[in-house]
Amino acid sequence: MHVPDGFIDAPTSAVTGVVAAGALAVSLRGARRELDERTAPLAGLVAAFIFAVQMLNFPVAAGTSGHLLGGALAAILVGPCTGVLCVSVVLLMQGVLFADGGLTALGVNITDMAITTTVVSYAVFRALLAVLPRKRRSVTVASFVAALLSVPAAALVFTLLYAIGGTTDISIGKVATAMIGVHVLIGIGEAVITALTVSAVIAVRPDLVYGARGLRQRLQLRVDGALVDAPAPVLARTAPGAARTSRRTLWVTGLLASLALAGFVSFYASANPDGLEKVAHDKGIDKKQEKHAAADSPLADYGVKNVANARLSGGLAGVIGVGVTVVAGSAVFWAVRRRQTEDVSPLHTGL
Amino acid sequence: MGAGHAHRLYRHGHSPVHALPPHTKLAAAFTFVVVVVSTPREAMWAFAVYALLLACVARHARVPAGFLLKRLLIEVPFVAFAVLMPFVAEGERVQVLGLSLSVNGLWGAWNVLAKGTLGVAASVLLAATTELRELLLGLQRLKLPPLLVQIASFMIRYGDVITDEMRRMRIARESRGFEAKGVRHWGVLAKSAGALFIRSYERGERVHLAMVSRGYAGAMPVIDEVTASGAQWRLALALPCAALVVCLLGWFL
Amino acid sequence: MVPVSTASLEVSGLAFAYPDGHQALFGVDFTIARGERVALFGPNGAGKTTLVLHLNGILGGGTGTVTVAGLPVGTEHMAAVRQKVGIVFQDPDDQLFMPTVREDVAFGPAAAGLKGAALEERVRTALERVGMQDFAGRPPHHLSFGQRRRVAVATVLAMEPEILVLDEPSSNLDPASRRELADILRSLDVTVLMVTHDLPYALELCPRSLVLSDGVIAADGPTGALLGDEKLMRAHRLELPFGFDPRSVTMGA
Repeated sequence: MHVPDGFIDAPTSAVTGVVAAGALAVSLRGARRELDERTAPLAGLVAAFIFAVQMLNFPVAAGTSGHLLGGALAAILVGPCTGVLCVSVVLLMQGVLFADGGLTALGVNITDMAITTTVVSYAVFRALLAVLPRKRRSVTVASFVAALLSVPAAALVFTLLYAIGGTTDISIGKVATAMIGVHVLIGIGEAVITALTVSAVIAVRPDLVYGARGLRQRLQLRVDGALVDAPAPVLARTAPGAARTSRRTLWVTGLLASLALAGFVSFYASANPDGLEKVAHDKGIDKKQEKHAAADSPLADYGVKNVANARLSGGLAGVIGVGVTVVAGSAVFWAVRRRQTEDVSPLHTGL
Repeated sequence: MGAGHAHRLYRHGHSPVHALPPHTKLAAAFTFVVVVVSTPREAMWAFAVYALLLACVARHARVPAGFLLKRLLIEVPFVAFAVLMPFVAEGERVQVLGLSLSVNGLWGAWNVLAKGTLGVAASVLLAATTELRELLLGLQRLKLPPLLVQIASFMIRYGDVITDEMRRMRIARESRGFEAKGVRHWGVLAKSAGALFIRSYERGERVHLAMVSRGYAGAMPVIDEVTASGAQWRLALALPCAALVVCLLGWFL
Repeated sequence: MVPVSTASLEVSGLAFAYPDGHQALFGVDFTIARGERVALFGPNGAGKTTLVLHLNGILGGGTGTVTVAGLPVGTEHMAAVRQKVGIVFQDPDDQLFMPTVREDVAFGPAAAGLKGAALEERVRTALERVGMQDFAGRPPHHLSFGQRRRVAVATVLAMEPEILVLDEPSSNLDPASRRELADILRSLDVTVLMVTHDLPYALELCPRSLVLSDGVIAADGPTGALLGDEKLMRAHRLELPFGFDPRSVTMGA
């Protein structure tokens, strides 16, 4: 699915570049909070793992085989932020070193394959874990569903990007059918492999599975035959970590909810164009800003160029507008918040 | 298996292009591709000029045509996609050799092929003339977030180590008579992948320990830095500037 | 002898369990005086590596204390402690994480704030001490295993540590590399704690030995005497290589 140069037009590539940069900035902060100073080596090794595992062929039948995309696996094993970083770095290196995926299409590729897959799969994974009983089997089931949905979601995002900035007007219906159809199949493979891999890891090192951290138990030490409670977990900071996790979950859920709302609501509201305008306005997209920043942009007037179906086009514009706004907004939010925390504690001390 | 240092696309040499500081080359390659992508597809001659420009660079870099062309193969999956376009695209149709093709689709296929190929060629030239270590320094110099550069550099350093572990695990499986033939063997492969993850993660932890043991506290000490003179920048940016002129001509002619 | 308060290393009552519930240490006590070379033996799973990771505060959170040259290991003096305790890990690939040998050796001193000529000098000296000065510009994974291990020792020597801790220094080395490393270790003027399964190597290099078994120090004495004690050896799953008689060997200094 590595998109080459020239597949998506320049403005859309630029916009996705900005989206990708914003998401990466957020993930960098997130990963640093998840892993502290361990971020660089651990994320680097996980990136190397993703890179390697993408080369692991899973034979399907009669000589055909598939391989992992790894977004869902990364998100579940190391958390969404680190996951986004790892997959993005893999894409970046594939682009720069192996000419795999265009340099100008990096934004498209990262948005599609790094951000969409990890965010969607992690949101689904957490949501399922919240409802399922607290058992290991639930983790396997949740990983399966998360990975299953993540691949068609990426295909959907690709279709959306193609609808906005595709350089050839193939009917969006055809692209969507082909992309999503094929990727549902790929998603099944991805889901089986991801679930099996996650359960293999969880059987041996449950503490390594980021998504299953809630399943751990408190330690006891035996000194001279007597049991003593361990003072505090070594990799501690559980309490603030939990608070952060919930904030992140909130953020992810909020993003997904607004995306879904914007997409579906504008889809159905677009029977009359005024309704679309109204919904988009109510969803908090600052129309003026958009208009003046990009009068001729693909999003101008919330209709997506080259998309004949008015409903679909309105829906797409809604989703993308909200996406960009949320990402940009949160980037600003994190930047500001970081400055505030830095004022309080100027030094980030390690262990 | 290519070692990480001299990666697969790198071609050792001492040409003027090799000697350019990495960040100028990265910037040049990137702006060149941006210019190419922004060129109207109807200006077919412009793409021919771009190809000529790249050929000039390749000549200066002493990268043989065969080497370059072979590396372009990576594009093949998308060529297949492009070939399909004229059949499925909408709009006006023409008859060619008894096939009904969409004019728009033909333009689209041409557009993707031309821009995609030029993009790949530019990337291949960049990778062929720049050592891996230098690429990372260049990315760092271009203000990519340091943490991202570090992750990338660890990925490169350990990419081969991990791939090698994966290969050893496959050999171990095969020497015990196991051969993955279909879906029913996925369980075994996934267990290997799981084991590989644990090994990678644990290695990451050990590397971190080794770093911490030597005083690492979150920031990588800067040991090497790359700089470029004005002349080097001018030399590197000659390519995208020439391309920009062509692009503008393409828009106005 | 040196008074206990300025001993290079002092460990008392150390107990620790991993997050998965597996307890590795059950109350470890020992002291190493400045300038001593001590070997630490123990069967697989005795807790040797766990113990090593406590020496510079990478693991912690159990009970008991570790003191390095008078400094208690804890968050307070972490940077100083890590400069004083140089750990050479078992797998040189974990230890050598930078793109080139030179950068890797420079990592520790640079993290401690050393720059420019002083840094270059430190790197050069460290590489000379292990006889690897000609390999400074090479990427670590292009070296042989023995060379990588020597560079790993150099990365730690560059920090001018108080105590050098080696985890299985002779593992996977061919006999020549093994002897070269022994010569290097003998030539160094630092306290050495060597964790090993290689009993003849320990006898050659270390006058004193500790036996760690089931998470406690089971024996502490002259290496020759411990290796000669058949009952002790059997009780802790320690075995000498076939045909090797510790009494027939003259002890290393």
